[in-house]
Amino acid sequence: MKKSKSLLLMIAIVLVIGTVLAGCGGNKNNANSGTNAAATTAPEGSTNTGTTGDEKLAADQTLRVNLTAEPPTFNPAQAQDSQANTVLKTMYEGLTRMNDETGQAEPGIAEKWDISADGLVYTFHLRDAQWSNGDPVEAADFVRAWKIVLDPNTDPTAPYAYQLYYLKNGEEYYTKKVADFNEVGVKAVDAKTLEVTLKAPTPYFLGLLSFYTYYPVHKSVEGNAKWATSKDTMITNGAFTLTEWTTGQSLQVSKNDKYWDAANIKLAKIDFSLVNSGATELLSYKNGELDRAGAPHGEIPQEQVPIVQKELPNEFQRKGIASTYYYEFNITEKPFNNVKIRKALAMTVNRQSLIDNVAQGGQLPAFGYVPPGIAGADGEYRTAVKDDYFKEDTEEAKKLLAEGLAEEGLTALPPVELSYNTSEGHKKIALAVADMWKQALGITVNTVNQEWAVFIDNRQNLNYQIARAGWTADYNDPMTFLDMWVTGGGNNDTGYANPEYDKLIQEAKTSSDLAKRQELFAKAEKMIIQDDMILIPFYYYTNNSLTKEYLKGVTLDFSGAIDFTRAYLLEH
Amino acid sequence: MGMVRYIANKFFYMLVSLFVLISATFFLMKAIPGDPFTSEKKIPPEIKARLYEQYGLDKPLYHQYFKYLGEIAQGDLGVSMKRLNQDVTHLIGQTFSASLKLGLIAILVSVIVGVFLGMMAALYHRKFIDSAAMVLAVLGIAVPSFVVASLLQYVFAYKFHMFPVSGFKGPMYYVLPVTALSAQPIAFIARLTRSSMLEVLHADYIKTAKAKGLSWAAILSRHVLRNGILPVVTYMGPMTANIVTGSVVIEQIFGVGGIGKQFVEAIGVRDYTVIMGITIFYGVLLMVARFITDIAYVFIDPRIKLSGGKEG
Repeated sequence: MKKSKSLLLMIAIVLVIGTVLAGCGGNKNNANSGTNAAATTAPEGSTNTGTTGDEKLAADQTLRVNLTAEPPTFNPAQAQDSQANTVLKTMYEGLTRMNDETGQAEPGIAEKWDISADGLVYTFHLRDAQWSNGDPVEAADFVRAWKIVLDPNTDPTAPYAYQLYYLKNGEEYYTKKVADFNEVGVKAVDAKTLEVTLKAPTPYFLGLLSFYTYYPVHKSVEGNAKWATSKDTMITNGAFTLTEWTTGQSLQVSKNDKYWDAANIKLAKIDFSLVNSGATELLSYKNGELDRAGAPHGEIPQEQVPIVQKELPNEFQRKGIASTYYYEFNITEKPFNNVKIRKALAMTVNRQSLIDNVAQGGQLPAFGYVPPGIAGADGEYRTAVKDDYFKEDTEEAKKLLAEGLAEEGLTALPPVELSYNTSEGHKKIALAVADMWKQALGITVNTVNQEWAVFIDNRQNLNYQIARAGWTADYNDPMTFLDMWVTGGGNNDTGYANPEYDKLIQEAKTSSDLAKRQELFAKAEKMIIQDDMILIPFYYYTNNSLTKEYLKGVTLDFSGAIDFTRAYLLEH
Repeated sequence: MGMVRYIANKFFYMLVSLFVLISATFFLMKAIPGDPFTSEKKIPPEIKARLYEQYGLDKPLYHQYFKYLGEIAQGDLGVSMKRLNQDVTHLIGQTFSASLKLGLIAILVSVIVGVFLGMMAALYHRKFIDSAAMVLAVLGIAVPSFVVASLLQYVFAYKFHMFPVSGFKGPMYYVLPVTALSAQPIAFIARLTRSSMLEVLHADYIKTAKAKGLSWAAILSRHVLRNGILPVVTYMGPMTANIVTGSVVIEQIFGVGGIGKQFVEAIGVRDYTVIMGITIFYGVLLMVARFITDIAYVFIDPRIKLSGGKEG
């Protein structure tokens, strides 16, 4: 009795002391931040009244953001992920730069260009740009970089070599059908003129040139396979250079004074932390240790999105990112070889409810495959071609299911296996969808959770029934979503094989008439969704992020990729 | 002479264990589906074939295995398959230095605080201090470290702004992760110390010492503490290895670029050379830690004889 009493007493004391200490800490800090705020706002207000511009730059132009993963490489030829894209975009510049506001390619290292009438030959005129060591950026730097990408003997070979298959003889050189690189469609006419010849007319080629696989590299990389593993051997031509790199911990890029447009670069430094925890990132942001949080470089925990949206309305930002979340069928095996059964499942998913109650990221319900944000013949493809390929309709679905079962000689659908890769978000959606199917159609669904690489392996080998999938754009054209479904396509994990579909895509690939292409794409999309329903679209992704109100000039492109180079910080 | 033989013996067993570890990890790793070049956007077959060729993944498994053993024998851990061209030794070096720094401080804190708490609890047995220390100890063991970490972060970094939320740039950044990391060992050490000291305090030789008229301070430092701390030394070996190899959870929550985080990431992307490199590194570390513990034991506890059958 006595013992438990003293124990209680002790707990009480600990609690009291804790609260008192806590109270002190809190008060002191609140008081501090209060006075700070007062001190900074007062002079700002007084200067503002006199001057025209109400933007005053902060003295310390250091931007702080987090990357959820460290870029695996800083070699543009080897890069293949979005984190590398985020950082490389600050360090390099290609022939063109994307203007994220207009979605158009603007002059980058190339000052201007001429395009031949057949859309096959591009002649680029390079501006007087310099590498970070003062060397001029020349046409030969592009030829060198592209040769490294396309050379199968590069060690290790470039995983994204196929991004350069647009060039004449690009693929042939990689597969050694053409031995002489001079036959590949890239030539330095003189130091400042680059001539590029394509295999087929490619309306989005200028946009592609702003992508990292097309960046130039400095001549010092020759003979030094490890040049991109140390900041001291990286000579770059972009707005910033890598100045610090602690593996697993942090990165820092600093302004490159040799950059041709340095006058318009206001940031002095960008500090990247490498924290792989959404909760920590959000807390750091709220605590003022980060200036921007969330996608694409970082992460806000899914369940926190609705909360911060209310809590920080002026800092919260939501943007479509031209990606689609869907479930795909293995259509080579029973019962999903039957299109009516596939349709029945697609029609009984309540997309809005899924978005509002489960995904919670303000996504857009999808009834098509090509997401908004992708360019069409004139404006966005999705605006011109509506995604009204099917409707949510339980009654119709029941009818279709019954017909489908009869066609397959079944009385009821055997239990279905739905696989997804390990992730809290995917799991919630899978459970919700399984429940919707059970409610509407009385189907038993077993959800199977698989580790990422195992999942991909199973899916690519058609070792599944229904599997989760997502697709993001590689470039700004419907082609990046539609050419994957051709017979035997590398990313066609459904087993879909339709010669008519293949014909449509082939036709679109050789056509340079934008209106004609759009028509072909619309037909193709209708075929995979409305006619054959090889996949169930759920929603078009959005990215949610938080940006401090004093951070300006950060831009996001159609796919949600971020450009920090023109950002600046206001006094705060 | 006995010492040399003892060490040679231990060393031999270490090599055997290491060999078993390498072989088992190698084959298990290859048995999991997927490889470093598995990605949602499939690489065209001709490029994938070229990558396999360059990394030797096209060869039969036994061939890859012996080639790897040969490289290891020469002390070459190779280059990462995902972090292109980066040396595995460099990756381990950079990330381990962060884990080591954090770990060493945490060990120091755990031992000092743990032994102190345990001692006080034993000396004031069944008094308030005893109960207080043991409540803390139970909490420390029962509450998982990620809860402790998140709580510390929320309260001391976010609410009271006393420490930064994440990062690893200076002393202020160390406080929270070190606290979170040492909570469990402190609790464990405190309990160990307490029980073994209680035992020692009631031993006959303490009574003898008292009867001889030795001062209490001398008894404490020379007899009680020295004997009471023995179990802690045993625990120190595995604990050291455990802590310095990096806690994935703590490293993730506080944004410390340590080796634990690196290891988990490498497994996720099937970075074969990094997985093997860190496994070998962990293995060696653990074995060395145990080895040192065994040696330390000999010095602290005179009852242990080198020729005796005490094998790790």
